[in-house]
Amino acid sequence: MSSAQLEYLVRQSRHRFVVRSGRILLFILFLALWEITAKLHFIDSFIFSSPSLILSCLWSMARDGSLFYHTGVTLFETLLSFFLVIAISLGTALLLWSNQTLFEVIEPFLVMLNSLPKSALAPILIVWLGNRTRTIVVAAVSVALFGAILTLYTGFSQINSDKVKLIYSLGGSKKDVLLKVLLPASVPLIISSMKVNAGLCLVGVIIGEFLSSKAGLGFLIIYSSQVFQMTLMVTSIVILCGVSVVIYQGITLLERRLIRK
Amino acid sequence: MIPKLEVKGVSCSYHRMEGETLALSHIEFSMAPGEFLAVVGPSGCGKSTLLSLICGLLTPDKGKIFLDGEEVKRPGAGGHIGYMLQKDHLFEWRTILSNACLGPELSGSLTPKRKEEIAGMLSDYGLGSFLHSRPSELSGGMRQRAALIRTLAIKPDLLLLDEPFSALDYQTRLAVSDDISTIIRSANKTAILVTHDLSEAISIADRVLVLTKRPGQVKAIVPIRFESEKYGTASPLERRNLPEFAGYFNQLWKEIQTHE
Repeated sequence: MSSAQLEYLVRQSRHRFVVRSGRILLFILFLALWEITAKLHFIDSFIFSSPSLILSCLWSMARDGSLFYHTGVTLFETLLSFFLVIAISLGTALLLWSNQTLFEVIEPFLVMLNSLPKSALAPILIVWLGNRTRTIVVAAVSVALFGAILTLYTGFSQINSDKVKLIYSLGGSKKDVLLKVLLPASVPLIISSMKVNAGLCLVGVIIGEFLSSKAGLGFLIIYSSQVFQMTLMVTSIVILCGVSVVIYQGITLLERRLIRK
Repeated sequence: MIPKLEVKGVSCSYHRMEGETLALSHIEFSMAPGEFLAVVGPSGCGKSTLLSLICGLLTPDKGKIFLDGEEVKRPGAGGHIGYMLQKDHLFEWRTILSNACLGPELSGSLTPKRKEEIAGMLSDYGLGSFLHSRPSELSGGMRQRAALIRTLAIKPDLLLLDEPFSALDYQTRLAVSDDISTIIRSANKTAILVTHDLSEAISIADRVLVLTKRPGQVKAIVPIRFESEKYGTASPLERRNLPEFAGYFNQLWKEIQTHE
């Protein structure tokens, strides 16, 4: 290795170190500032809570198991609605791809449903489906589904027509176009749609839990605001951050495995 | 002798809301086995349409197309016609070998032995160490060679080449057209090359078919013969240096320029 290359590598690793330690430092600085100002009564910890209060709240929630219970409920609802969105949107987008006329018929309805604010549907869903888990899942699915169908369909219809021509010229059928071109070529699209959908499903689940539930992080947030326990509220939000990071990382991991083995 | 390919009175038009466009009008020609025909003409004259018709991807409005005396009815004529497009369209999610095996895979005839043969073909044409590489790791010229092997892997009787060199830079283009013409001639395939490059047509083909501007009609069919080729065809690069080359170029240039 030449000395110039070595110097380049050292510079690169130094750069990475600065970025990483900068992130950690910023985080610690923020927590320290929060803790100190609360301890010195510059801010009211009853309203703004503090890192130490949040930690002790987390600890007590972990001990009585409510941490795992509420997180588990939200995670379960999110994953369930996520998988439903993936399955339904993929199936529908494929159906619409194979039948252009059908797409043209239902396109305006899809666009309308997609632009409708789904939180407006929540009250009606409670009346129709009752105050239970399935209402939350339906609410979450409705948040992500229509956009997902439109995104996937648009991606499918943009597949290079010469690639399709190639399959036909080699004697392939429409099924071959689907299995050999469309689906493999759409893996990056499906993954990016999954990333968006996971976030949207979490939004939908929290909206659902705000309105109708007896468990979950959304319920905890609403409940703690009603009894004015700000520490519990901030703790729930912190846990929610953790949940979204875990879900996002899960999909990123899947992406690494699927794209370029 | 039955001609390899017979195109009889073929017309084809495109339909749009704004009206009908006649793309090709009464095209008629035939090809002997092992012959290399180049099709030239102004852009938009229906050169690519002609190939799609011969390949059975489009159906003519009038006229018929016969391969070995049998009418072409389904795309690829059941694996008898190989079609090579302007871009290689190698699938990035497949290795070079599995890209080349696509044709036999689609027709359900991909045996381990066939796969080995195709790997052998790739090795013969300098891609031996790239069998398990992804297309993005290859240069443009190598990719186009891999695309040719993919087309040859279905063992076609007739090869259709739709401007296969036009996406390459000039130097690669000369080298790859040399390679590809050698490969096709040594396999003794009948081939049709569509190109807008007159010197490419003269350097490769046995005959050059000139189409008029739209609607495309056969303006002339010019046989290309070089005095020094009595003992076998010269390579495209060699042909470019032969004395008759410039004469053919001028003749074709005039055919394309003059309107009836």
